[in-house]
Amino acid sequence: MKMLTLAAKNAKEILRDPLNLSFGLGFPLVLILLLSVIQANIPVELFVIERLTPGIVVFGLSFMTLFSATTISKDRDSSLLCRLYTTPLTPADFIIGYTLPIIPISVAQSVVCYIVAIFLGLDITVNILYAVLFILPISVLFISLGLLFGSFLNIKQVGGICGALLTNLSAWLSGIWFDLDLVGGAFKKIAYMLPFVHAVQLERAVLSGNFSGIFPHLWWVLGYSAVLMLIAILLFIRQMKRQ
Amino acid sequence: MDAIRTVDLTKKYKDTLAVDRLNLSVKKGELFSLLGINGAGKTTTIKMLSCLTEATSGDAFLNGKSISKDSSDIKKIIAVSPQETAVATGLSVLENLEFFCGVHGFSKEKTKAKITELAGLLGLESVLNKKAGKLSGGFKRRLSIALALISEPEILFLDEPTLGLDVIARSELWDLILSFKDRVTIILTTHYMEEAEALSDRVGIMKDGQLLICDTTENIKKTAGTDNFEEAFIRIVKGAKK
Repeated sequence: MKMLTLAAKNAKEILRDPLNLSFGLGFPLVLILLLSVIQANIPVELFVIERLTPGIVVFGLSFMTLFSATTISKDRDSSLLCRLYTTPLTPADFIIGYTLPIIPISVAQSVVCYIVAIFLGLDITVNILYAVLFILPISVLFISLGLLFGSFLNIKQVGGICGALLTNLSAWLSGIWFDLDLVGGAFKKIAYMLPFVHAVQLERAVLSGNFSGIFPHLWWVLGYSAVLMLIAILLFIRQMKRQ
Repeated sequence: MDAIRTVDLTKKYKDTLAVDRLNLSVKKGELFSLLGINGAGKTTTIKMLSCLTEATSGDAFLNGKSISKDSSDIKKIIAVSPQETAVATGLSVLENLEFFCGVHGFSKEKTKAKITELAGLLGLESVLNKKAGKLSGGFKRRLSIALALISEPEILFLDEPTLGLDVIARSELWDLILSFKDRVTIILTTHYMEEAEALSDRVGIMKDGQLLICDTTENIKKTAGTDNFEEAFIRIVKGAKK
């Protein structure tokens, strides 16, 4: 119950920030609309809604990294976290309290994106539900990154690293905007060593009903999620002890 | 009985000795002030006593419990109001109080009763629905202390509680601290000499991690040969060898 109290406090603080709502929800929607308009006016299939939507949904999750990192970092900067360390909250309460509220926000964000995509021509199939379900492991991946960065970066650094660098990395190295085969070489190799392109391909496979195509991408996502979460927990506990 | 007893309590950060073999005791219900210039080791001492940082050597006992062995038991009997106000700025005053009641596992009934009690005690009724981030410095401090009092602590650490407050807000906070003085053991750090003199039963003066003197303000003034406590503090700190 104590962890849920912390989770509720974090959810309120995230959802009450108008910047969070406008960037986290508004920006992916603007991208879907804008790129769909572009697609309607070009002769080649560049931003087809069936391929674009899963990409944008995954890209939107990079804002969850920003949310979780900002929440922890803000609480560290204000010494609220320091005060909470003197309460009976355990490390597990902290980790779950900072992770849990962002999962429903991630799901809500992807649901809104898919609804907008339906209005823009995406076929209504049961696969959309599965695609939303597969958002769960992908969201844990992005939230873990946030926990990790929030455990040692200050609020200003979080803005730079998670707000600018990570969103760009997840955008360019995920094959959302262009086929990575077009670039090839080291760029493609690096991209496939990172989890972002795997998250996009996983989501695309599920949405298209190609369930055998979710592998090996699911393993990449789950593997990265587990490792990043483990590192985040270790860093968080280390930071707790280093007060 | 001693609420706090430290035994050669030491904290070393790489090459810096932040607290050097501190030995002091604080009685139950006492208001004890730790004074010292910046870097004297006051905040590090509070962090060790509140189990926020591990001691390099030595130990301390809070109501008989060791900070090195019984930290989870100690967390049940202490509360800290840090230098920074440490409140959730995105929540209202009421929500902050509810949040900390939840963290301590209070039932709905107990939460309601506790909020009514603390809002009355700290004069927060008029700002209950105001966002904590929009409060004045004085009200933020009051909220910070209210959050610390929620768990009904036996020992309360107040780290520079009146920092940055105007004269009136400071005076009001002094009255407040004095009002719960005998019920709770209070350890206070401050840079304001008049604050230490007005509130404390005893005072400890630290420099370079060492406790230079520990006594009542009257006795400290006598030892330093002056009627002015600030002057006594300066003489003792300047007179101490590095």
